Amino acid sequence: MYPAAFDYTVAESLDHAIDLLQRSGEGAKLLSGGQSLVPLLKLRLVQPAHVIDIGRLPGLSDVLEDEAAGILRIGALATHAQMGVSSVVRDKLALMTEAAGVIGDAQVRGWGTLGGALAEADPAGDWGPVVQALEGRVECTGPAGVRVVDAASFFVDAYTTVLADDEVITEVRVPLPPPGSAGAYLKMERRAGDFAVASVAVQLELDGAGSCTKAGVALGAAGLTPIKVLAAEETLAGQEVTPDVVDAAAGQVVEAANPLADVRGSSDYKRAVCGALFRKAVDIALRRHRGEDVRGGHVR
Amino acid sequence: MSDRVKIGITINGAPHEGEAPARMLLVDYIRDVVGLKGTRYGCDTSNCGSCTIVMDGKSAKSCTFLAVQAHGRELTTIEGLAEGSELHPLQAAFQEAHALQCGFCTSGMVMSAHALLSQNSDPSPDEIREGIIGNLCRCTGYVPVIEAVQLAARRLDPKGGNP
Repeated sequence: MYPAAFDYTVAESLDHAIDLLQRSGEGAKLLSGGQSLVPLLKLRLVQPAHVIDIGRLPGLSDVLEDEAAGILRIGALATHAQMGVSSVVRDKLALMTEAAGVIGDAQVRGWGTLGGALAEADPAGDWGPVVQALEGRVECTGPAGVRVVDAASFFVDAYTTVLADDEVITEVRVPLPPPGSAGAYLKMERRAGDFAVASVAVQLELDGAGSCTKAGVALGAAGLTPIKVLAAEETLAGQEVTPDVVDAAAGQVVEAANPLADVRGSSDYKRAVCGALFRKAVDIALRRHRGEDVRGGHVR
Repeated sequence: MSDRVKIGITINGAPHEGEAPARMLLVDYIRDVVGLKGTRYGCDTSNCGSCTIVMDGKSAKSCTFLAVQAHGRELTTIEGLAEGSELHPLQAAFQEAHALQCGFCTSGMVMSAHALLSQNSDPSPDEIREGIIGNLCRCTGYVPVIEAVQLAARRLDPKGGNP
């Protein structure tokens, strides 16, 4: 399959890319790794008049620990593979390492980028729920400068975000969790490489006694956008994580999920999967907090 | 701004200069412009991995790249592995371990394994499985493929820990 014809320009700088976007309006698409865009171009689900290649812009692919600001700064062009091998990510944000390892396959992970995946906003995308559970923020740069959007309000609909036609995602900022925090990302798929049936991201801040002081919970492939489950976060926060508390929060997760029925299951089935993955993710997070080496990621 | 682009790549060590429509896919460029037919055109939907090549040291599905994305990069295709008539250790291991039946997936499978071994000279069977998740074999010979990659790993890096 051939994409429809388009004009192609390599952006020489971020400013150049924004300038080209401004002049092209909604007829332009940004290309970084191309692992989402090229398939969409081939299916002609998108037919931009202009493709602007930002894939090799310098300075947009670093993963940096900004201790002064208490955040991890991830350049939008960081690849999934880069996230998967980053030691700071592994040490502080295990669920990001886990998400990086379950996206597509090795070929996709080596080239696909965090910014590209967020901009695509596939309902089954992995980074959306992870960044939401971590209270991450998305830096969008446009002609008027930079604005920073909470991940919780970044996604508008399937394949639709708040990003304006003349804006570029330039960075993702994730708060560095306090010591004692632990999380997990679980994704259930029917077979290797398939889209998720559902996925759940959980991040818990835990005190010395094992009580939860703050929780992040978000779902993927459970609706048209990632779903941050505020009710479950509130239920967990300030509580000892007892079976009763987990039951209550799991009920809220199931209630918040709003999946479409498809070949991967009925909506009731997928809601139940969300609940089960949530319980498992909480269990993994608690065990990690106690120092156990537990595997998350794929559930098949 | 143009819908035609100049493309300069290094492919299997040799420079190649050409021109193509911006919308041309890398797999078509490799097969029809460069003329190397060992890279297979399989599903054309980013699933099967038959079109896998190695680009700047990383595996890549050439059906999921515009040709112009390869501009300035170094590509290795299946034709770049053997030295004359001497098979690359991975190719020899695939032959010895009977890691192919119909052979359609093989060039992509070998290139994925090649990229894997360049990053991890002593992969465990699970790491090999993970490394070839993006490559489908419909004769379903995955077990011999894993054996072949282990065999090649031992020969390429005899100090590795694989039993």
